[in-house]
Amino acid sequence: MSESLGKLIDGSESSLRAFLDNLPGVDKVGAEGRAAMLGTRSIKTTSKARAIDLAISMVDLTTLEGADTPGKVRSLCAKALRPDPTDLTVPHVGAICVYNDMVKIARDYLDSIGGQSIPVAAVSTAFPSGRASMEVKLRDTQDAIESGASEIDMVIDRGAFLSGKFGLVFDEIREIKALCGETAHLKVILETGELATYDNVRKASYLAMLAGADFIKTSTGKVAPAATPPVVLVMLEAVRDFFSLTGKRIGVKPAGGIRTTKDAIKQLVLVNETTGPEWLTPKLFRIGASALLNDLLMQRMKLRNGRYSSANYVTVD
Amino acid sequence: MAADIFEYAPAPESRAIVKLKSEYGLFINGKWVSPQSKKKFASINPATEEVLAKVSQGSQADVDKAVKAARVAYNKVWSKTKPKERAKYLFRIARLLQERAREFAVLESLDNGKPIRETRDVDIPLSAAHFFYHAGWADKLEYAGYGDNPKPYGVVAQIIPWNFPLLMLAWKVAPALATGNTVVLKPAETTPLTALLFAEICEQAELPAGVVNIVTGDGTTGAALVNHGDIDKVAFTGSTEVGKLIANSIADRGIPATLELGGKGANIVFDDAPIDEAVEGIINGIFFNQGHVCCAGSRLLLQESIVDDFLTKLQSRMAKIRVGDPLDKNTDLGAINSAAQLSKIKELSESGTKEGANIWSAPCTLPAKGFWYPPTIFTGVTGAHRIAREEIFGPVLSVLTFRTPNEAMEKANNTPFGLSAGIWTEKGSKILWAAQQLKAGVIWANTFNKFDPASPFGGYKESGWGREGGRHGLAAYIKGAK
Repeated sequence: MSESLGKLIDGSESSLRAFLDNLPGVDKVGAEGRAAMLGTRSIKTTSKARAIDLAISMVDLTTLEGADTPGKVRSLCAKALRPDPTDLTVPHVGAICVYNDMVKIARDYLDSIGGQSIPVAAVSTAFPSGRASMEVKLRDTQDAIESGASEIDMVIDRGAFLSGKFGLVFDEIREIKALCGETAHLKVILETGELATYDNVRKASYLAMLAGADFIKTSTGKVAPAATPPVVLVMLEAVRDFFSLTGKRIGVKPAGGIRTTKDAIKQLVLVNETTGPEWLTPKLFRIGASALLNDLLMQRMKLRNGRYSSANYVTVD
Repeated sequence: MAADIFEYAPAPESRAIVKLKSEYGLFINGKWVSPQSKKKFASINPATEEVLAKVSQGSQADVDKAVKAARVAYNKVWSKTKPKERAKYLFRIARLLQERAREFAVLESLDNGKPIRETRDVDIPLSAAHFFYHAGWADKLEYAGYGDNPKPYGVVAQIIPWNFPLLMLAWKVAPALATGNTVVLKPAETTPLTALLFAEICEQAELPAGVVNIVTGDGTTGAALVNHGDIDKVAFTGSTEVGKLIANSIADRGIPATLELGGKGANIVFDDAPIDEAVEGIINGIFFNQGHVCCAGSRLLLQESIVDDFLTKLQSRMAKIRVGDPLDKNTDLGAINSAAQLSKIKELSESGTKEGANIWSAPCTLPAKGFWYPPTIFTGVTGAHRIAREEIFGPVLSVLTFRTPNEAMEKANNTPFGLSAGIWTEKGSKILWAAQQLKAGVIWANTFNKFDPASPFGGYKESGWGREGGRHGLAAYIKGAK
């Protein structure tokens, strides 16, 4: 946080409210119109090839099911490292994203197959609802870090946010951030589908950034709507403006509902024309997804071979 | 370097769909005829200066022939055609425009220089919508509020500009036909091709001969048409200068005119505006269609407390505008329509610098051939500068500031024009208050350049007479209606 911003916001409820309520509003029609217009960009040939590889390198390959098994997680890790076993020019994905108890399994397996550079992200703080005591949330996060998670995807307490308790949300993020320290990157999940308005998305984005988030993330993937283009647009505007305010670049992670190459490329266009290409790196932009990766691979094959292959040419998870 | 990460490869729309003839005649009485003078002139692609086709220079004799054809068609056919039948023709035209939308979009882009994204998403769909909308009115005119037996004028002379060639044709032709008039239309000298393609639509729709006549040519052709003794009404969209000539010409002839003329629209941003969307709205207001828009928001009025932040955001957004090949689907700003218009833009911009305003243009590479001007803003503009008063009709924005809402209204209204205005604030009461103060025919709140056939469009003061579109627009083509 910059010095002037630090003076303005001491973490108290009133200082947060004064700051967040003074942010310019978001005009719904205008924001949706801008996102829709950017959705008409036509990304073809060489730029499509680039976009596909970029998108693959940004995927947080995710499995967050009650039915997850160590076997499934390991097979996902193998895929994360070599998404297309027949083509080693395909980049590895941005990270693996799993529940806490799978973190160690994923970390160990990745290390054993040469995937040391792929981080393991854990969803934390009573994901997906965030309905637990702070003590439990801290313990949950501690557990993930100890198991080898280098990225923590925490959820905010939407109930507190919606009832205007900005200070409470701020303190929770700050405590989790303190726990993460230098060991783990902190992604803060806003669950935009529950925030109801773009104004709230903007406020929650700033609240998370002020409290120390390294990334702001749209959704848990358990609530719809999730990473819609206008929501991502509003969050990208927030990180862009936060950068000009503080000189600090915060990442953005849309998650949920991004299933096709077309969806993913639309996200990259949003980044390119909102924050600029500085954010077009896995360090600052990730896409939380599972099915997306196979579609990216199939489109990549199509560009390479000139024809579509059946789904049998990409691996199932 | 980061900038290379994600360059958009060229994504040009194919022009194969457009089958141009090398030469075009005039469309009179349902037939293609040669102009009496035999003279032809070239219509060029302003993005490349390539000749697209040669079109006919209509003269007095051709205008006579066209007006006569329209008169005969009115007397013998169109005035006897039942309203329900007129509606069928309009529906047919609307559907044909939709069916051939891509062809029209590509041709409009080629002939005008505007981006395919705009012709595809705005010009052509809106043109079709105008025909659909007016088709609906044709058999319901007695319920429009202009008496229980509304009558057409007869033969209408229509002259349209080059900025939205097909759309302006639709704005003129659709209501004229719906109300039962016949038409002689002169498209703009630099953009006649979609009007000629529209003549093909009239043939395809089997519209009776003479109901729509299209005479191409330059200003002398337009003058011959306006001054013709057997027309019953004039409808013109174009410059205020020519509008005044037309007003003079009809003053002692007892025929009415609808004039849609220039503008110097104020886009007013208050400090409580939705800033990011306001930036988009300002961009859209002045750079849509290269600023060749009579209702463009060409004066930005900014509240003093947000000037610096807003201009920073505006400039960084301007730097992202994609200038280039109009047929590329990712182009935001296309070519300036003509060499003449380009020199007018340059002349006015130079006056801005000379008179003490600060110029800033977005860094972009302009193509070597064709007519181009980069997205440009002037800051430090005062009300006395020419660039604050005269219509530039190009991608050039003049930025003025204000301290209080009253001052904003005073500055916004301080112009001989009164076509459009934009209000940007999240405070509803301020929108309602400002809309009452502003002397402009169209006022947008937290948006800009939104058009719909059901919404009347027109100006105060030197921006024109009458309205186009909606129930109000019908009055322009119904005898005695106000």
